[in-house]
Amino acid sequence: MKNLAAALSGKPWIWSFVAAALVWLATITYTGGQGGGAILSAALSFATFTIIVGLGQMLVITTGPGNVDLSIPATITLSGVVAMKVMDTETSRLLIGVVAALAASFVVGCFNFGLIRLLRIPPIIATLSSSFLVLSTAISYGRGLRIKPPPPLAEFATMRMLGIPVVALFVLLLTIAIAVLLSRTLYGRSVSAVGQNMRAAWLAGFNVDRTRFSTYVLSALLAGVCGIVLSGFSGGAALNMGEEFLLASIAVVVIGGTSVAGGRASVPGIWGAAIFMYLLVTMLNTFGASAVIRLVLTGLIIIVVIVIAGGEKEQR
Amino acid sequence: MINRSLLRQALPFLSLAVVLAATFYVQPRTMSYFGLNLMLQYAVPIALATIAQMFIITVNDLDLSIGPFVGLVGCVSATLLYNDPFLGVLALLALIACYGAVGALIHLRNLPSIVVTLGLSFVWLGIAVLILPSPGGKAPDWLKAIMSFQFPYVPFPIVAAVVIGLVVHVALMNSSFGVIARGAGGNPKALARAGWSLLWTKVSMYLLAGFFGVLSGLSLLGLTTSADAHVADRYTLYSIAGVILGGGEFVGGRVSPLGAVVGALTLALAGSFLIFLKISPDWQIGAQGAILIIVLALRAAVTYGEKRA
Amino acid sequence: MTGTVIKLDGAEKSFGAVRALAGVDFSVRPGECVGLVGHNGAGKSTLMNILAGTLQRSAGELSVGGRNIEGTWTASRAQGDGVRCVFQELSLCPNLSVAENVRITHGAIRGMGWKSRAGALIAAKLDEIFPGHGIRPDDEISDLPIGKRQMAEIARAFTVTTEPLRLVILDEPTSSLDAVTAQQLLAFVRQETGRGTSIILISHLLGEILAASDRIVVMKDGKVVAEKPAREFTRDSLVAAMGSEVRHSKTATAKTGKSEAGMAVRVTTAGAIALEARKGEVIGLAGLAGHGQTRMLLQIYGRKNAEVKGAVAFVAGDRQSDGVFNIWSIGHNMSVRSVAALRRLGLIDVKAEQNLQGEWRKRMAIRTDDVNNNILTLSGGNQQKALFARALASDATIILMDDPMRGVDIGTKQEVYDMIRSEAAAGRTFIWYTTEFDELDHCDRTYVFRNQGIVAALDRSELSEERVLQASFAEAVA
Repeated sequence: MKNLAAALSGKPWIWSFVAAALVWLATITYTGGQGGGAILSAALSFATFTIIVGLGQMLVITTGPGNVDLSIPATITLSGVVAMKVMDTETSRLLIGVVAALAASFVVGCFNFGLIRLLRIPPIIATLSSSFLVLSTAISYGRGLRIKPPPPLAEFATMRMLGIPVVALFVLLLTIAIAVLLSRTLYGRSVSAVGQNMRAAWLAGFNVDRTRFSTYVLSALLAGVCGIVLSGFSGGAALNMGEEFLLASIAVVVIGGTSVAGGRASVPGIWGAAIFMYLLVTMLNTFGASAVIRLVLTGLIIIVVIVIAGGEKEQR
Repeated sequence: MINRSLLRQALPFLSLAVVLAATFYVQPRTMSYFGLNLMLQYAVPIALATIAQMFIITVNDLDLSIGPFVGLVGCVSATLLYNDPFLGVLALLALIACYGAVGALIHLRNLPSIVVTLGLSFVWLGIAVLILPSPGGKAPDWLKAIMSFQFPYVPFPIVAAVVIGLVVHVALMNSSFGVIARGAGGNPKALARAGWSLLWTKVSMYLLAGFFGVLSGLSLLGLTTSADAHVADRYTLYSIAGVILGGGEFVGGRVSPLGAVVGALTLALAGSFLIFLKISPDWQIGAQGAILIIVLALRAAVTYGEKRA
Repeated sequence: MTGTVIKLDGAEKSFGAVRALAGVDFSVRPGECVGLVGHNGAGKSTLMNILAGTLQRSAGELSVGGRNIEGTWTASRAQGDGVRCVFQELSLCPNLSVAENVRITHGAIRGMGWKSRAGALIAAKLDEIFPGHGIRPDDEISDLPIGKRQMAEIARAFTVTTEPLRLVILDEPTSSLDAVTAQQLLAFVRQETGRGTSIILISHLLGEILAASDRIVVMKDGKVVAEKPAREFTRDSLVAAMGSEVRHSKTATAKTGKSEAGMAVRVTTAGAIALEARKGEVIGLAGLAGHGQTRMLLQIYGRKNAEVKGAVAFVAGDRQSDGVFNIWSIGHNMSVRSVAALRRLGLIDVKAEQNLQGEWRKRMAIRTDDVNNNILTLSGGNQQKALFARALASDATIILMDDPMRGVDIGTKQEVYDMIRSEAAAGRTFIWYTTEFDELDHCDRTYVFRNQGIVAALDRSELSEERVLQASFAEAVA
């Protein structure tokens, strides 16, 4: 029992999966076992978008207290708009559209870091301000256009293999790559070191600026990927397509067990938390709760989860 | 030789002056009693929300729920307070108590305030929509009367904001209680060692934040005369930006109430300025971001110079 | 004198499996200065925290002023009974002024004009303890150098309003003070005990303990192992009581033919004298605390206006702010500087990393059964060893040391000194800022700093305490 407790305390992400499982059980108990598989499959496909941006947000939050990327929603929108406009429904322009969208996201990442580093603006305000500019750019560039994605992109985003969305497999690979990046590369070590103590990280030989730069760029690129896939999934880009990801990206990071104080990321937790969040909404829908009740309950459950999971233990 | 520390403290005021001058230049007609009154009419609720945020930032937390909270206060006041003042006051007091309870919870469980208040923002918004599914309700007459008060020579919003700023400034920066509150942000451990209760310090700051949040909601309702759950959603961002513009820092108990109010005024004014500039609506929001960046860059330049000097 | 100010009988304290105090009897009489010495991890700080009410004892009796204490002895009760503590890590709020920090510890300072009263109180006490301190009551703490912060905190502990002042615990009070202010403090301690206040003095500087204390208590492994009047101890007998052998390393001699070795570091921007370090040399940086030594190290580390040939590693003195990564294991803390070199195809070779950690745990004799334990499970001295291992295990040929022996016990010091000598013999260059004069004996050449510049360069043969002091104070003594 003690060993179990010890193992759990070292793996905070388990809770998010436990919570997801409980919510799923509650739902199918209510429906009398109906549609359990379909719900899971839908959860996988909708949760993937949150997972993509959640991974980026996780990297940013791990680089230390105060670091957070609030420009993710705007970047998603910009990337979606750029991708759709450059592709212009042509399959032949698919690749160039992807490159253009990622390039735009890359620029956003650079701009964010520039504000934080050169102008010494706190990240929360820097990314917020830049998100205003990015959103304006997206609005002005994509004005009044509603362009459908090229068929292969739409197919990729909605296709299923044995009931499992292909996008989910793609995001699984992405997740594994990020996990390896964090645990086995110099970049991963430096993210954790910088997150604990920036000065000590510099004195231990890490390039702090390069680490933070890479992190904000990675977060923007992941938001870009999300924008492209999401546009493919929902039949085109929309100016409000990123909106819900502001809160969602932060929520999945925290519920997933990543330390808000910095230095410790929890990659699997992003999956558990994203699936949990989706299942929660599904459950409330199944129970016939109105949109408002869902809103209140979502908020309360986020609070309850964080209260149960507890904060950082005081260091002696 | 410029005194950089003084310059840093003066920066919020300078930024306000620059934005004000730019507005006058673009639209000279605003340089009048009524012009200023109109442009700054929302200064009071924004300033109050910013003060609320500042109390939370003093103890190293962040309140992402203040916007929806202000909206909820408006909805409660336009319905319950209008129909039954006694119940209404009770409900508002209960909301303030909620803030205190959240502060206690955050302290006792050592929780990240960003996440808790993020969750709370859903809760406030949900309850507000539940009370008032579509914009409506009525502001109590006394509230409307207060907010449409005409002050001689200087527009009321300016006077009110300055008075609010000064009162809170004296209370937090110069009182012996304020020292404890700021000390709790600067070095909580030291405060605990000196025998102070961190729990009570944090709860007091959250209660104060709740109280000023309620004041913000009431004053906003007095101006709009009817309520809308979403009316103050932007206040969360405004209030954080206002505190930072005003010279506050996210951690370490470094805040300036007067600066925060001035920061909030600058943001309110910047909104009007952009409308006068007649830039394309596509770029309205972007320009707001740009103004934020410019002011913060200036502050960074001054602070940086100060450290080097 | 009869009676006790504070008395502990059979005090015990455990942190999980670690037994920090194993039945300690300890008492202080009025007007007495008790010196408390022992290695890191001997339990001194735990004992002091229990007396100050910031930690609760697991077992044992506590009485204060002859009264048995029932229930929990809290920080505020201690405060009310006149027990004050100056902790090793400073307890000031950096965002507040000196006067405002005085308010924090005095509930009675309130109401109209509280700020000026607090200011007058602290200014008077600072004048009394540290004449010529140069601290104003409205200075913000974060604007003060660490030495002055420590002075402000010490002075604050001796201020009196409505609550009595019976006992002040000074835990390593001189760690950031220079020689002059440290002397001022010790003189004040004698004076204050004369007035009837009791003082507990904890220090690794045995000279201080011997000079200032009436009685010395020696702790080891959570127990009191010796307790005698101070005059019955000598430096050597104290060290022996603490349980480490006395070794004199003055026998180490300068190597010859050094001048032909290649240049490793050269800095010409610190005054008239250039700092030069050749391969295989140990270079000392001396002078009063805060006169530019750390800045020089950071300048070399950052390669700003400095010629640096070879990879550089930094050994932090301020472990918490410059060194240790709190949530990492001991092993990761040791190997962090080396992982870049342990990559294969861009990925860190976990096996090689573990080997390196195991090897250096053995070489530095770090006291842990598993390098995968969290770094904070180690005592301060062992954490410092891990930081040395971090630098020495790396590919760095130049090692910068920022007064790394602060608060490290003598046994550990000796081990590290030996290692520095052997690594230097193997061709590594050490640049070593130290506040302890004895450590300069290990250096081939010493640069003395004053006012951010180098004012003297002394070869080993020229080195003497007088010459270092002379250079440090040349202008300051007017």
